[in-house]
Amino acid sequence: MSNLIQINDLCVKYGKIEALRDLNLTINEGEYIGIIGANGGGKSTLLKTILGLTKQYKGTITYNGTTLKKSNLSIGYVPQTNELNRMFPITVEEVVLTAKIPLKKSFFYRYSDEDHKEVNTVLEKVGLSKIKERQISDLSGGEFQKLLIARALALNPNILLLDEPTAMVDIKSQKQIYTLIKRLSREMTIVMVTHHVKDITKQAGKLIFLERNILAEGDPEEVYKYAYLKPVGVLNREPRSREVTRV
Amino acid sequence: MIQDILKYQYLQYALITSVLVSLVAGLIGVIIVEKKQVMLTGGIAHTSYGGVGLGYLLGFEPLLGAFIFAVTAALGSNLIKNRMTGVSDVIIAIFWSLGMSLGILFIGLIPGYPPDVTSYLFGNILSVTTLNLVLMAIITLIVLIVIVVFFQDWRAHLFDPEFTTIRGKRTKLMENILLFLIAITVVALIRVVGIILVIALLSIPAATASLLTRKLHLRMILAVLFGLMFTIFGLFISAYTMLSSGAVIVIFGFAVYIITYLGTRYLIRVKKVEAV
Ligand SMILES: Nc1ncnc2c1ncn2[C@@H]1O[C@H](COP(=O)(O)OP(=O)(O)OP(=O)(O)O)[C@@H](O)[C@H]1O
Ligand SMILES: [Mg+2]
Repeated sequence: MSNLIQINDLCVKYGKIEALRDLNLTINEGEYIGIIGANGGGKSTLLKTILGLTKQYKGTITYNGTTLKKSNLSIGYVPQTNELNRMFPITVEEVVLTAKIPLKKSFFYRYSDEDHKEVNTVLEKVGLSKIKERQISDLSGGEFQKLLIARALALNPNILLLDEPTAMVDIKSQKQIYTLIKRLSREMTIVMVTHHVKDITKQAGKLIFLERNILAEGDPEEVYKYAYLKPVGVLNREPRSREVTRV
Repeated sequence: MIQDILKYQYLQYALITSVLVSLVAGLIGVIIVEKKQVMLTGGIAHTSYGGVGLGYLLGFEPLLGAFIFAVTAALGSNLIKNRMTGVSDVIIAIFWSLGMSLGILFIGLIPGYPPDVTSYLFGNILSVTTLNLVLMAIITLIVLIVIVVFFQDWRAHLFDPEFTTIRGKRTKLMENILLFLIAITVVALIRVVGIILVIALLSIPAATASLLTRKLHLRMILAVLFGLMFTIFGLFISAYTMLSSGAVIVIFGFAVYIITYLGTRYLIRVKKVEAV
């Protein structure tokens, strides 16, 4: 198992708000990591920082031992849907195609047959190929989530980061998405943030309980117990050191 | 009417102006409506009044002053927004009022009779000068080229700039280019509908088009056509009645929007009834 992403002493602040403090984390190749924790605990911030979207942070993150750009690592990202404009005039296929726009020389770009074929493959993978002509405003919450997963897969990622892909989704679609991610976890490294603690505990190889810092990390059942047998309101306290909280 | 157009140069200029501003307003209008930047655009427009005042005070083309102020406000607000979080509407308010105040101040400082600034505030499509026309043509060309050539990039950027950033696209640069385009569009529209009504010409054609199609490029094309319809209507009403072209354009546009809205609602209802 090789070390894919290594995070050392990561601190992220938004103005005065400290979202992450002294965080250390190793993501190994092939791992399926679940991240849980209260609202505002810094879960999304952690994913965004890994993606290079947060510019101001302290600490180091290495990708395959080097920087993100030099690492040749392709990171797929499924954002929290509430950050996107669901009324935007664009179809299912067009959303996934945006992953195929070349980085340079994109003027007058027309998608190639190859692009369409690859997009069709990922749409089939998530079960959306029948509705690829549909406008995103006509999708259900579950379908929209699957679409965002398809778009991430169109980048041929080595590692997939998902931010609450089952929020705002009915039980049936939740099951489908979990099954899908389970299947994907055989092909790539997965890091998933979720509030559906029970489901992730069943699936993930490792669970992380994150509130500003990693309060517990390891076997999903153990971390689940730790997170639920502890009094609420941890955010207001000084984060305890990891060794002490490992119970 | 045709004879009048052939006879009077100001009518010819006004017609060319209609075409130019409809093009920029249609393209940029659809973008700012989708990106929810209508208020930001309103702020940029009002800030440019400071430039108009400065132009009068120092004796250079007021539209050039408007251009400088609009671009500064657009790029400046983005710079500040990137440094601070969650205060963007306050920044807009500050730029908005500061620009207007500077304009009023500069015009007050001009010795003797103050110049007539109503055509800048409310617009007058019939008083377009050759210099204005050249300026508008250049602006239209820039906007048209940048949007059309990189259309796929713009659509991806508008839908999810975070995703394009992850892909390695230069999102910050695109954001600034877009703000620059918005600023120069505002300048192009000032002569036609005036600073106060700029956002109307940007939002009403785009909003009307959005009722009719859910394809981004068709929305842009339709918005251009609606803009053309509104401005030409306003042009002739104002040519034959002396009413303000800006006001006529906005009110007529609003009426068309309402009619389109009711029409599409009615069609949806009828279709549903048929489906049952
Ligand atoms: N862009 C931002 N500007 C200012 N503060 C922010 C920003 N993004 C996040 N924060 C703050 O940082 C902290 C962590 O936020 P984050 O979104 O990472 O939490 P989260 O664990 O993903 O929460 P949730 O479960 O609600 O999605 C919160 O206090 C939040 O208010
Ligand atoms: Mg979050």
